[in-house]
Amino acid sequence: MPAAQPIPTHSESKPASRNGRWSGFLHILGARMKELRREPEVIFWVFGFPILLALGLGLAFRNKPADVTPVVVVSSPRAPEIAGMLHAGNGSPLRADVLDDAAAQRGFRLGKYDLVIAVNESGAYQYRYDPARPESVLARALVDERLQAAAGRKDPVATSVTTASEPGSRYIDFLIPGLLGMNLMNAAMWGIGFALVDMRQRKLLKRFVATPMRRSDFLLALLTSRLVLMLIEVSLMLSFGVFAFHMRILGSLWTILLIGSLGALSFGGLGLLTASRAQKIESASGLMNLIMMPMWIFSGVFFSGERFPAVLQPFIKALPLTALNDALRATILEGAPLTAQGGRILVLLLWGGISFLLALRWFRWT
Amino acid sequence: MRARAVECISSVRIERMSSAIECRDLRKTYDGKVEAVRGLNLQIQAGECFGLLGPNGAGKTTTIEILEGLLEATSGEVTILGQTWKSNPRELREKVGISLQETRLGEKLTVRETVELFASFYRRPRSTFEVLQALQLDEKADAWVGKLSGGQRQRLAVATALVGSPDVLFLDEPTTGLDPQSRRQLWDIIRGFQSHGGTVLLTTHYMDEAERLCDRLAIVDHGQVIAEGSPAELIARLGGHHMIEFSVAGGGKRSAETWKALPGVESVREEDGLICLSVREPHRTIPALLEAVDKESAQLERLTTRQASLEDVFVNLTGRHLRED
Repeated sequence: MPAAQPIPTHSESKPASRNGRWSGFLHILGARMKELRREPEVIFWVFGFPILLALGLGLAFRNKPADVTPVVVVSSPRAPEIAGMLHAGNGSPLRADVLDDAAAQRGFRLGKYDLVIAVNESGAYQYRYDPARPESVLARALVDERLQAAAGRKDPVATSVTTASEPGSRYIDFLIPGLLGMNLMNAAMWGIGFALVDMRQRKLLKRFVATPMRRSDFLLALLTSRLVLMLIEVSLMLSFGVFAFHMRILGSLWTILLIGSLGALSFGGLGLLTASRAQKIESASGLMNLIMMPMWIFSGVFFSGERFPAVLQPFIKALPLTALNDALRATILEGAPLTAQGGRILVLLLWGGISFLLALRWFRWT
Repeated sequence: MRARAVECISSVRIERMSSAIECRDLRKTYDGKVEAVRGLNLQIQAGECFGLLGPNGAGKTTTIEILEGLLEATSGEVTILGQTWKSNPRELREKVGISLQETRLGEKLTVRETVELFASFYRRPRSTFEVLQALQLDEKADAWVGKLSGGQRQRLAVATALVGSPDVLFLDEPTTGLDPQSRRQLWDIIRGFQSHGGTVLLTTHYMDEAERLCDRLAIVDHGQVIAEGSPAELIARLGGHHMIEFSVAGGGKRSAETWKALPGVESVREEDGLICLSVREPHRTIPALLEAVDKESAQLERLTTRQASLEDVFVNLTGRHLRED
């Protein structure tokens, strides 16, 4: 083994290079991004999982053609005629079979048919249905309307309908901005909180403050790494919505990115605060779940927060994820400009700003 | 001589005759109860390699972390290169290199990336290539930190401490858990740094490390310095440079006085039936010892002689061994 070469000291050596003011910041940011890229599971949870979730939910709640309602007519001389009336027209919502009484009743009991139609001696129709089954109630209304119309009933009032299956008002349109907001929250809280507690546990934070590194640069670099990831998350999620579900984005991309940045920074601050003192991953993750849980429920990710009682609304509106989700939906789905969303932006700024300041105050490097 | 060379080059920073590291009456009490450090004084000259030697829990790490400016002392004064951590922490950080007792650096960064990251914090760092070469890590430059062996990780930790080209190097148990070859490699690196005028403060519980590496050392126990000096001085203070260890069976009752009365014996210690004599001249003591055993019609079961070590100094001072495990 050759002897180690001597290392000149500070006083003695000529510097190999001079570092500028932002050298530390840029290197921390670079190291952070490299570490994330080399962690396959992070890539999956941050980028893959939300897309899979959107895909699954989008397929489950896709706009299917209206179901055909199966009904059964008890066999009698008039049965084929009745079945014919029910089938009449293009795209009839009904399918009518003709069976003998016992088979018809059994089929109804097993849920194979939603309604049993019989004709009594006087020629009147008799419906057998279950008022507790919505599809049974629907079948009765549909069948009755068709049979009455076929018998010559005229509607006294003219009505018309519009259908709501255009892009912009479907469930998937509601879902994608919500998932995006939730993903920004999860990724920022975990990304920052987990990384910090992990580094504290490894004594890496202590090692960093044993150098001339500026502490503010370190925290700033962590937050900046969130912004870079936010860019990727937003573009991925929106492209997915556009290409897979023909989603229409009405607002400007810049506004969406600005709201995304605000959200990422706001939750980044919250993540920083959550992880400012925790020494163990376990205690930090408990705390983070405690903070995020109410927002998963109340902030309108999968269904609108408006469904909760009015007493809760002020509390729900004050949550950062509600503000982020509402702002994203208003911009993406309605094209609302930033100026119309002052309240939501204020909520995000306050959460982010206050938690960042508290985090700076309480932060433990060792 | 080394200290003088440094003074010539940076006469502004290091005033003549001033110490590189100094602390006075250092105290640290945790939670108002546990006294980890109780009134510790140190004065370490520029260019010196100084060791804090002591058993686990003696307060070595607490002391070095206070000196590193990472831990606040309950009371006492610390000056590093004539400055305090309160007056100008950033300037001081530029001149101090630190390796903590246990740092797990980011596993998914390469060795080169890690050193470059640390280099970026300093205004005038060494070139990464040079540091990797000096620490014999250049072949591992593109390997992930997670794939390194214990010795390589420890050298990388020292590389991150050296990349800022410090004047003062703090190493907290730099070789704990390393194999003998890795330990010797690190010793070479530390000597190389020192040979260029660097000041080193290290903690260790290996007496051989302290003996070979340190110009001076302080033996620390229960948060206090119980002895200080060069390894040779400390051993000389035992009175004898040699140890005779033996055990006897049979014969009547013998007290320590029996052995103390033998010619040339400075001190007597007995543990688990083994008697240790600290002697100046074994060639005079041993014949007398054999004669004494014979006279008591006892049998000698074991007899060895060896050079006295720092371990003997420690046991002599505290009655305990350095590594009670």
